[in-house]
Amino acid sequence: MKLNKILKNAFLVVLACFVLSACATKKVSTGQMQGDVYTGTDTVEYLASGVPDRVFFATNESVLTTASRETLRKQAAWLRKNSDITVVLEGHADERGTREYNLALGERRANAAKDYLMTYGISSDRISVLSYGKERPVDSGSNPLAWSKNRRSVTVKAN
Amino acid sequence: MKKFFISILVIFLLPTKSFGLIEVDITRGNLNPLPVAVSPLSIDENSRKSFEKILKKKNIEIEISTIVENNLRTSGLFNPLDKDAFLQAPDIANLKPRFEDWNLIKAQALITGKVNYFDDKLRVEFRLWDVLAGKEMMALAFTTVPNNWRRVGHIISDKVYERLTGEKGYFDTRIIYVSEEGPKTKRIKKLAIMDQDGANNKFLTLGNELVLTPRFNPTSQMVTYLSYFRNLPRVYLLDIETGMQEVVGDFPGMTFAPRFSPDGKKIIMSFAKDGNSDIYTMDLENRIVEKITDHPSIDTSPSYSPNGKLISFNSDRSGYQQIYVMKNDGTNVKRISFGKGIYGTPVWSPRGDLIAFTKLHKGKFYIGVMRTDGTGERLLTENFYQEAPSWSPNGRVLIFYRETKTDEKGEGFSAKLWSIDLTGYNERMVKTPTDGSDPSWSSLLSD
Repeated sequence: MKLNKILKNAFLVVLACFVLSACATKKVSTGQMQGDVYTGTDTVEYLASGVPDRVFFATNESVLTTASRETLRKQAAWLRKNSDITVVLEGHADERGTREYNLALGERRANAAKDYLMTYGISSDRISVLSYGKERPVDSGSNPLAWSKNRRSVTVKAN
Repeated sequence: MKKFFISILVIFLLPTKSFGLIEVDITRGNLNPLPVAVSPLSIDENSRKSFEKILKKKNIEIEISTIVENNLRTSGLFNPLDKDAFLQAPDIANLKPRFEDWNLIKAQALITGKVNYFDDKLRVEFRLWDVLAGKEMMALAFTTVPNNWRRVGHIISDKVYERLTGEKGYFDTRIIYVSEEGPKTKRIKKLAIMDQDGANNKFLTLGNELVLTPRFNPTSQMVTYLSYFRNLPRVYLLDIETGMQEVVGDFPGMTFAPRFSPDGKKIIMSFAKDGNSDIYTMDLENRIVEKITDHPSIDTSPSYSPNGKLISFNSDRSGYQQIYVMKNDGTNVKRISFGKGIYGTPVWSPRGDLIAFTKLHKGKFYIGVMRTDGTGERLLTENFYQEAPSWSPNGRVLIFYRETKTDEKGEGFSAKLWSIDLTGYNERMVKTPTDGSDPSWSSLLSD
């Protein structure tokens, strides 16, 4: 019962965030970025209907944005419903940083996502973390939009 | 691989005398490279036929002298003269050069020599002459297995470089690096090794798993690197002679950014756990692991000073990546980079006087050097993307990698190895069969 309530509240927060972020997005001229965080959906895949698989980060940052937290709450809800599923959080950086630092940054980003999933009740046993640094970009471009798509943590089904 | 390690016998024909003759100022760059004539080695007909049979090389005497010529040219300190202008035949020049002839073509130094096949071995003698003073500066002979012929060219180059500059050379060395192929989003990476001049390129892994940041042990033929074998990024140790590999330590998470200590007995690296990366060492003899830094920031890219007493690394504890120096036990941490921009990949010069680094400022990447207290910052080269400098064993040249931009059509990306000397004037692309990154320079093989 309690869980249900939390979920309901979470849903309302999610909804509010969505409305707010949608408004905010409109104000940014690029349309696909807010600040330098990617807000588009070009590269996003879905773990289940309505459950995006990835969150995006600002340059050099591992702080979760409002939109990222919303995505992760959806992932947490999906993981609670599918309790046999384990996941790997793959952390990535853009190409504009030294290789070794970016490996550490990718690890830090994936762990930020992991910590958030854990606060929403997902056991750490079900989550492993893998950093690729800048080794596996999704967009091979050398421009701010491509870099924003590449600064990400992707939740991948492991079983 | 075996034949590579057969040692070369050095015979001194004459004691090396110092006359106070020609000297090359290594700190001055290529503004005035020394004109040098590298005469082809002389050879007798029987030896030529034997080498042609064994090595499948028609003119080994020219091949070896060409190696010397190319090495001296790429150093930026020497200007090897056109062979077509040489007036004296190689055999006679080696006995007694007619200095007027060499003076006429403006050669200041002359290298002559002889190669022959004797007792299943390749024997080379060579002499370095000061043309203006009309004197012999050095004479040496080597005997080795014929397969080592390229190394003979490199060793001659090192001896000439050392005699004329007063500093050890860096030609009889190898580079380990990461070979790259395929699209940027699915890059295939393999460990590869080659001679310093790009010859004898060999792949050491097949490309089945991602490999990064190989580094030589300064004292042996061991390499440490990062492999994603079974999707578990860990630091590995590889013996390039036997091909044996092993994981370094038993860490419950990603280990990366490995380097050897100067005595080759320890590996220093980062270990990432719960979003935090700290620096650790592992003693390769007793396997004892020590935690060196303990800070909630990212601490990585550690590199020892040549005496092993200090460690440089980069950390974002100030908010952005900056360079720090600490004692080898992790105490006395001091930030040394204070210029504009962010700083990473500090690498201590083998001479101990400088730290090379990568810097990002206003969207451009620089390779530079600073003194070990952070003063005297000097940027050597600016580009769209470049990083990861590695020192030549004499501390005079840096090798690093550079990436080009992907254009609007999604084309134009490349990763190449480049070298630059400390003066910043002599910048060259190092040719590799595929794209390349993460180069690491070996110690002198014949030292």
